[in-house]
Amino acid sequence: MNACLDIRDLSAVLPNGQRVLRSVSLAVQPGEVRALVGESGAGKTMIGKAVLGVLPSSVRIVEGDIRLEGEDLGRLQPKARRTLIGARTALIPQDPLTALNPSRRIGSQMTDRLVRILGWNGERADTRIRQLLDEVQIRDPDRVLKSYPHELSGGMRQRVLIAAAFAAEPRLIVADEPTTALDVTVQKQILRLIVQLQREHGTAILFVTHDLGVVAKISQKVSVLYAGKVVEEAETAALFAAPQHPYTRALMAATPRYTDPFASLKPVDDAVLAGLAAEIAAADQAWRRPHG
Amino acid sequence: MDENRAQGRSVSPRLWLAGGWLLLALLAAIFAPLVAPQDPLAQDLMLERLPPFWIDGAEPGYWLGTDSLGRDLLSRLIFGGRIAFIVAFAAAFAACLVGSTLGLVAGYFGGWADRIISRIVDVWMAFPPVLFAILLVAVLGTGLSSVILAIAIIDWTRFCRVIRAETMGQSRMDYVENARIAGYGRIGIMLREVLPNVVPSIVALLSLEMGIAVIVEAILSFVNLSISTDDPTWGGIIAEGRLSIHQAWWVLVFPLITLIVTVLSFSQFGEALKTRFDPVLR
Ligand SMILES: Nc1ncnc2c1ncn2[C@@H]1O[C@H](COP(=O)(O)OP(=O)(O)OP(=O)(O)O)[C@@H](O)[C@H]1O
Ligand SMILES: [Mg+2]
Repeated sequence: MNACLDIRDLSAVLPNGQRVLRSVSLAVQPGEVRALVGESGAGKTMIGKAVLGVLPSSVRIVEGDIRLEGEDLGRLQPKARRTLIGARTALIPQDPLTALNPSRRIGSQMTDRLVRILGWNGERADTRIRQLLDEVQIRDPDRVLKSYPHELSGGMRQRVLIAAAFAAEPRLIVADEPTTALDVTVQKQILRLIVQLQREHGTAILFVTHDLGVVAKISQKVSVLYAGKVVEEAETAALFAAPQHPYTRALMAATPRYTDPFASLKPVDDAVLAGLAAEIAAADQAWRRPHG
Repeated sequence: MDENRAQGRSVSPRLWLAGGWLLLALLAAIFAPLVAPQDPLAQDLMLERLPPFWIDGAEPGYWLGTDSLGRDLLSRLIFGGRIAFIVAFAAAFAACLVGSTLGLVAGYFGGWADRIISRIVDVWMAFPPVLFAILLVAVLGTGLSSVILAIAIIDWTRFCRVIRAETMGQSRMDYVENARIAGYGRIGIMLREVLPNVVPSIVALLSLEMGIAVIVEAILSFVNLSISTDDPTWGGIIAEGRLSIHQAWWVLVFPLITLIVTVLSFSQFGEALKTRFDPVLR
């Protein structure tokens, strides 16, 4: 069976030649939640954007390929690629405010996509949207559908975006730190909703986060990213039981624990960082040689 | 939230005052033959330089007095409003159409489209606008349509600059990226997602531009470059009033007041409308 998402040896560079993604390989099986962890600037969002076909114009893919259910995105014409990505994927974004169009009502934004992209009739789209709003536990759909984004709370907006993401039954959802912009009490509810809908709909998720606590709760597999390179990849349970890479161990040590939030808070060790720097340099060296 | 609402309430008197004046002036201009108390062109040397109604020596029916040829000032102002409004609407819409379209394209597509359009705007704006207008009318010939054309040709850059900047800001927002992911085409996103968010600015600029068009038309009339000299225009009346300022100050003062109030009303009305149109500010 084809993986839902299969990224192989993906390298992307900035105009100055610096690599932001370093031969990234990563596969997500159908219905699986794959966590992508790493510190800020590691390139997590970049991977998500590459999959969704919205890399910034300054970032160029120089090697590797991305397959959605076996289809190599790089080999498709732009139009066909857009259609495929639109039909098979969706994004749950980090900031639910800017991800909604401020001047359009929620209802029209949500149905529009089903009607204009997937060719549903208005009634079917409306029924579908209401069903999804119910699934994300929005109890007053009439009010929400008539609202403008700024009239809803952050948690409500994120529920709307989750509903919108699942509405067209994509095979893969990229969730880019979907709870970071929310306050703590809401974070848990939103996380629970995503997991619940993911199970019911059997959707694969590439879940970007820097929070190992979240990783442990929701994912089956994890990729640990550092400076655009996957330094460790494992089943979630195995990773927590026996982290292999020193950086993963350092990350775990740096994660505050509820029982003793300060005692265990350690910054990543200098020796670990030096090791990482050497590892990255060696990888770049090895990469440059075959490419001149 | 409540702050916004309070702001919305305080906006209203501005909207009503400015809008009220504009509506009044517009209706008077449209129905000028019915509304004007006198024939604006009728000269009567017996009635020259009559003062406004509250000063001794005024004649009934000549509310704002007469000019040095004995023509009724109020009637001339009302008829002058016709040309002012025609120029305001036609020139502002033309400038808006060209400028907003180019601004939207430059801001949304960026790249070489933006470089070319921005370069043209820079070059355009290097000309002093009034000089540019006089030059254009001299080339195009006087007359209503060339005045309109001249104003549109000069002032589309105002729309282009503002709308380009706004569009750029909007295009960086995540909802545009979301629409890309969903599979919408570029032009569809520009028109359906981005454009509604810049409409409030377009409306405000449009109203502002109408005010500017009124001034430019008045300036052109003042230097005798506008419409044929028979039809009364606000600028033309001001020019005549300037000559008789010591004998009949009202011939200069009333058209000036009319002009200033109208221009201010246009800009205030635009600002108020912008707040009304904007779902976040509303
Ligand atoms: N538009 C861009 N052009 C060039 N470089 C960029 C651009 N956006 C991000 N980068 C760089 O690419 C690298 C990866 O950024 P990315 O946003 O993917 O990190 P991230 O892992 O998502 O971090 P965070 O946790 O802060 O979201 C960073 O070094 C960043 O500086
Ligand atoms: Mg990110």
